[in-house]
Amino acid sequence: MATFYDLAAENRRKSYLLVGLVVAILVVLATSIGIALTGAVDSAIPFSLGAFALGFVLTLGAWFGGDRAVLAAAGAKPLDPHVGAEALQLDDIVTELCLAANIPKPSIYVIDDTALNAFATGRDPEHASVAVTAGLMNSLDREEMSGVIAHELSHVRNFDIRYALLVAALVGSLALLSDLVLRYTFWGGGRRRSNDDRDGGNAFQAIFLVLAVILAIVAPIAARFVQLAVSRQREYLADASGVELTRNPIGLERALERLGADKEVLEVATKATAHLYVVNPVHRFEARSAGFLATHPPLIDRINRLRTLRGAQPLAARTER
Amino acid sequence: MDSLLPVIVIIAVIAVVLIGIFNGLVGGRNRVDEALAQIQVQLKRRYDLIPNLVEAVKGQQGFEKGVLENVTRARAAAVSAGQAGDPAAQAKAENLLTGSLRTLFANVEAYPTLKSNENVMQLQEQLTSTENQIGFSRQHYNASVLSYNTSVQSFPGVLFARALGFATRDFFDAPDAEEAVPQVKF
Repeated sequence: MATFYDLAAENRRKSYLLVGLVVAILVVLATSIGIALTGAVDSAIPFSLGAFALGFVLTLGAWFGGDRAVLAAAGAKPLDPHVGAEALQLDDIVTELCLAANIPKPSIYVIDDTALNAFATGRDPEHASVAVTAGLMNSLDREEMSGVIAHELSHVRNFDIRYALLVAALVGSLALLSDLVLRYTFWGGGRRRSNDDRDGGNAFQAIFLVLAVILAIVAPIAARFVQLAVSRQREYLADASGVELTRNPIGLERALERLGADKEVLEVATKATAHLYVVNPVHRFEARSAGFLATHPPLIDRINRLRTLRGAQPLAARTER
Repeated sequence: MDSLLPVIVIIAVIAVVLIGIFNGLVGGRNRVDEALAQIQVQLKRRYDLIPNLVEAVKGQQGFEKGVLENVTRARAAAVSAGQAGDPAAQAKAENLLTGSLRTLFANVEAYPTLKSNENVMQLQEQLTSTENQIGFSRQHYNASVLSYNTSVQSFPGVLFARALGFATRDFFDAPDAEEAVPQVKF
């Protein structure tokens, strides 16, 4: 049984690995483009350095500003615990469970949306935020909300939030850059062909152009696979360690059932931030299935794992959802 | 000179090990004290909130007086047990208080006017949260007592823990099953 110390250590290790890997891919991609454009290895060096700097800046940006960017993109506003019974209760629940998890209390945010969802973000437990939608705050009872908050705080405690933040920033930018490369070769290709004719052609450049194009196609897909494989396993783990905090699997189980019955799409969620939420927020566009492109495991699987924890019979899979 | 050097090295190593054990015991004891202080803060908060809730509920027509008296009496007992400074006895008194509060909450449920009273609901939420916090703090306290007691009672700490004044600590007991179940009378 892995403790959260192991999980946190693993996530720190994976975070560094991810940064190294993405920066390496960025450098190779940029260098290939450089060689393809200039025809010489020497003159491609500025491209390599540029890519390295880009990766560095992106990582720093995600590290120090990623949580604010995610919160701003979701339109999250800081929670005022004195504006109603639900707000006070939410604030209390976070206080209690932070005590249980032995982490500092994160900032609490509310997203003004009637859809039911929540996410946690930040680079470490000392710089963490938890956001819930107004719909979730108003429709879950204390037990259910405790289950959801415990799930989110487990993400915080396990350093899942750091990994998710870096994934969102780096994988997103890799996709963007690759897209740029593909567009450029598409538009610039014709012109370069006439240059090549004048120079008598350059097989060397052509090889690197092909390499760049292949990388630009493959890298974002590979990165997406990494993102998905990791994020689904995290959800099961966060469910289990959340129950460890509340000592009550029924709260989260009931909350997940409610979240599953909610057919509303969270408008502020995008594909880049989908893996941050407690349940997949874009389920209309991306079928909520066990397919390998889902950021979250199917809810019924998560509910059944929770039922197993308390010795209840698993529910039969419903075809709809 | 040549025969002295190994002796000095051995003495130095023993000294370093002893300092390490001593510091470990001090750290463990401080963690226990800190965890207990954390519980006391929350218990204090609960003592402060209870009279407000009793006051808010008292005016309700037909509300069972015995329930409120039980809470007030249990609170007084818990306060004096806390002043005596015995965690085990205090834990017992606190568990009785928790039980009497649950009964009070269950009784409040029967009165729609109380349930729609914002003040009562807010006090009830604050008390519920404080109670949960006490529960989680108790887990931490008991966990730190367990690890501290183990280091005091096991080798090599056991050799001189007692001589240096490191005594084992009491657990802050979790409520017994029958004490935790609220008794609802209508």
